[in-house]
Amino acid sequence: MYSCIVESEVVEMKDVADDNLDRKAWMSLLAKAPVGRVAELLDALGPRPAFDWLRAPEIGTAMVRGRAGGTGAPFNLGEVTVTRCALTLADGTVGHAYLQGRRKADAEAAALTDALMQTGQAETVRAAILDPIDAEQAAAKTARAEKAAATKVDFFTMARGED
Amino acid sequence: MQAETLSGGFADPAIEAAHAFRAVMEAMARPGTIHEITGAIPPAPLSPAAGAVLLTLCDADTPVHLAGAADCAPVHQWLAFHTGAPRTGPAEAMFALGTWEDLGPLEAYPLGSAQYPDRSATLIVELPELAARGATLSGPGIKDTAALSLPEAAAFQANARHFPRGLDFVFTCGRQIAALPRTTEVR
Repeated sequence: MYSCIVESEVVEMKDVADDNLDRKAWMSLLAKAPVGRVAELLDALGPRPAFDWLRAPEIGTAMVRGRAGGTGAPFNLGEVTVTRCALTLADGTVGHAYLQGRRKADAEAAALTDALMQTGQAETVRAAILDPIDAEQAAAKTARAEKAAATKVDFFTMARGED
Repeated sequence: MQAETLSGGFADPAIEAAHAFRAVMEAMARPGTIHEITGAIPPAPLSPAAGAVLLTLCDADTPVHLAGAADCAPVHQWLAFHTGAPRTGPAEAMFALGTWEDLGPLEAYPLGSAQYPDRSATLIVELPELAARGATLSGPGIKDTAALSLPEAAAFQANARHFPRGLDFVFTCGRQIAALPRTTEVR
């Protein structure tokens, strides 16, 4: 069991671009993928590479903090269950995964994908795993937005006769 | 980031951390006795025993001071990955690690206060050898007397005079640990 505090990220004005921006994006995508989806796509790509655990998958909690209105004083919103793991491929590349819920198998698949994304196979892995998940998420978001838009009600006010 | 600096944590964290904690507790409860502590393979120059003590006792709430050769990038990464402990100078440290020469002077470490004597530092001292000879120890946890190869005696005698304030010491060498709490008299 472990615990840590996740604070909503403070955006700082920086002159230099974040070197880890790409990795943040794919780790976020892997963390938000539906249960079993990353493992399914990873196995479709071929046999999994050999790896050693640096930290076997373990389940713990993270305190989520929020700010009222996004600008107020930080407060502890509540704890979420988090699964994390870290592994290393035969060539020494390290892959990490942190995702919400009790999902050890998903954490393993996500960490493997993270490690593979740092190797020469990055483009293959991106096309086989990240792009489909990205497309599915975008489609789900659009479908939901369309469903909401279909039931949208526009209120307007007729002349109220105040003049 | 290379894998070698991150590997070497407890393979079975719950069991191995419990065994390591037991070893540290026994060593602290019976000053002068030497115990085996295993499970960790930290990067050089840390000894396996010092690594196991850090893994067992440190977390995100315990600032650690690394002195001398231990203050290097592989150890920083290893400590951050496995414990999340922040690094700090000696004045705010709850744990400090290094050789006896690198750790001094001892006045730099917090001794705790009369109200909160627990807010003092614990020093993890890497020794070239650890044996049951040398300085004579007596006090709580010791029947009659015990002996331990301490690097010097004067500093520990001065430390004991601060009681109930004072520093606690864990000595590590290879896979062995011994401890010297502030209650022990050194002669």
